[in-house]
Amino acid sequence: MSTASQATPRLAPGRAGVKKELPDRFKDYRHVWVFLELERGNVHPVSFELLGEGRKLADKLEVQLAGVVLGPPGEMVEDAVAEAFAYGADLVYIVDAPPLADYRNEPFAKALTDLVNTHKPEILLLGATTLGRDLAGSVATTLQTGLTADCTELDVDSDGSLAATRPTFGGSLLCTIYTLNYRPQMATVRPRVMPMPQRVDKPVGRVMRHKLSLVEDDIVTKVLGFLPDNQSAMANLAYADVVVAGGLGLGAAENLQLVKNLARAIGAEHGCSRPLVQKGWMPADRQIGQTGKTIRPKLYIAAGISGAIQHRVGVEGADLIVAINTDPNAPIFEFAHLGIVTDAIRFLPALTEAFTRRLSPHSRDKLAS
Amino acid sequence: MHIVICIKQVPDSAQIRVHPVTNTIMRQGVPTIINPYDLFALEEALKLRDVHGGEVTVLTMGPPMAEDSLRKALGYGADRAVLLTDRYFAGSDTLATSFALSQAIAKIGETFGRPDIVFTGKQTIDGDTAQVGPGIAKRLNLSQLTYVAKIASIDLKTREIEVARRAEGGTQLLKSRLPCLITMLEDTNEIRRGSLQQALCAARSQVVKWTAADAGIDDLTRCGLRGSPTVVKRVFAPTARAESAAQIDTAEKGLQDIADELIADILTRRPALEHELAFNSGT
Repeated sequence: MSTASQATPRLAPGRAGVKKELPDRFKDYRHVWVFLELERGNVHPVSFELLGEGRKLADKLEVQLAGVVLGPPGEMVEDAVAEAFAYGADLVYIVDAPPLADYRNEPFAKALTDLVNTHKPEILLLGATTLGRDLAGSVATTLQTGLTADCTELDVDSDGSLAATRPTFGGSLLCTIYTLNYRPQMATVRPRVMPMPQRVDKPVGRVMRHKLSLVEDDIVTKVLGFLPDNQSAMANLAYADVVVAGGLGLGAAENLQLVKNLARAIGAEHGCSRPLVQKGWMPADRQIGQTGKTIRPKLYIAAGISGAIQHRVGVEGADLIVAINTDPNAPIFEFAHLGIVTDAIRFLPALTEAFTRRLSPHSRDKLAS
Repeated sequence: MHIVICIKQVPDSAQIRVHPVTNTIMRQGVPTIINPYDLFALEEALKLRDVHGGEVTVLTMGPPMAEDSLRKALGYGADRAVLLTDRYFAGSDTLATSFALSQAIAKIGETFGRPDIVFTGKQTIDGDTAQVGPGIAKRLNLSQLTYVAKIASIDLKTREIEVARRAEGGTQLLKSRLPCLITMLEDTNEIRRGSLQQALCAARSQVVKWTAADAGIDDLTRCGLRGSPTVVKRVFAPTARAESAAQIDTAEKGLQDIADELIADILTRRPALEHELAFNSGT
């Protein structure tokens, strides 16, 4: 995105002063593509979320939705193809070749770039994962087209342009970005930002299979190994049903224990807002918000978090947001459903105790008798 | 070895305020800092130089005042600083930025020796795109190693490098070749305190200042606003929800009573949660 804007008086305002003049070579770019990310045998859920979003865009544009699957020949790719159709794709492009067994930039960027140049999609969506960001950045550079990262909203304009909205200025404002005169229009979206669409069993439809125009010897980077994360130690924040998080209002690193205690009592994952990670109070994989994890839990309890936009966009998908903050004017109360103006440091232990009492089987039995 | 590290001077995001009426960014008086993610890359570059010898050149593109950040980097121990500054760069998106920086890196290579490694931070805190690093790698045909958590080994004779890279659900161990571009993950090291001598050096040393022409950029249509395929159509504050949070009255109540009331309210709104919470709590 633009980091600075220069006033250019001859251009009309309102559209950042730029008219759409799509060059002839881009006029036959059509259809919406979603890149399906394979994660050691499974499709990353963000790919399904993107298929749901891509479906809406394709319907508005009255074009087709295609999935793109890159991987090693075999079952893994075929399963992903079936899933792509089940989540709404009209057709699927496949490049299957042994060098695509593990993610590396060179063969994946080559495969995706070649597909785009051959079949010319107007929109290309990828998940904003470590893989998707690594891939999208180099593909967009090779194609010399625009790429908007970490979108929180995608829409199609009246003239068919992709309107990609994302937080800007460190998450204090939102901006809508267009790639008017280049194709494809590329965007990445973080996991959990878009809702998971319904899966509907469907027969496998049209599949277009392509060869990789590289062999292993052409590829400089080699994969030596993969160390999976220790599942119990890793936060599964993005897909947790209940999340408790703390912010600067907790005052000191040791008070995060109060957040963890409540989380443990109700079987929740715990997290924090960005400033706490910057202070080193919590590891980065626990950060909730635009630059951390986006969550969509059934219940989200935010303790001592003021609610800057960059945090807001990461939690807005929650079914129920409870905010605890001493400042009655904190922005978090503008998007929380339930608010309590009180000191989280004092209130969290009381809430933990009340939940424990309420949820223990013993007390429930007593209530029932 | 010669290492180039790209940094960006950014506004300290903790201090950005939005004008309540006009919804514009109030930049006045907001202090600038080196993008915090870049410091992990800078420290890694300095560590490599300490082990393998050679030089660290720090590069930034920005307004003339970005020199401040370069001087800070010199203070940490970088050997040379290059400021790429020209009004033609104004309004650059990530594609135009990676173009200008890659041209400057090529020029640095001609002038001061070809870099073995180009470092960037994982992303910036103001743009948050993580796109400029991969853009530079692609343009300069460097092996692209993003989200690097650890550089396990570098062999300058065979030109081989092994790194641990953060991937989805785990860590990828990669072997690649120099020259490469590395985007360094956060929390992988801690920036050193520069010595007093380095601080004095930093104050005295010259920052190399290049315009677009100095950096060998002939095609100005690929720079700045003109060279940027993306267009920011509008900037806005999000609309508030129709109703703000229902407040639980805390006046003259004990904390336990408030807590009980909150739980009752949560479960009235989402009755299904009771079963879920009890089930998860394992009590």
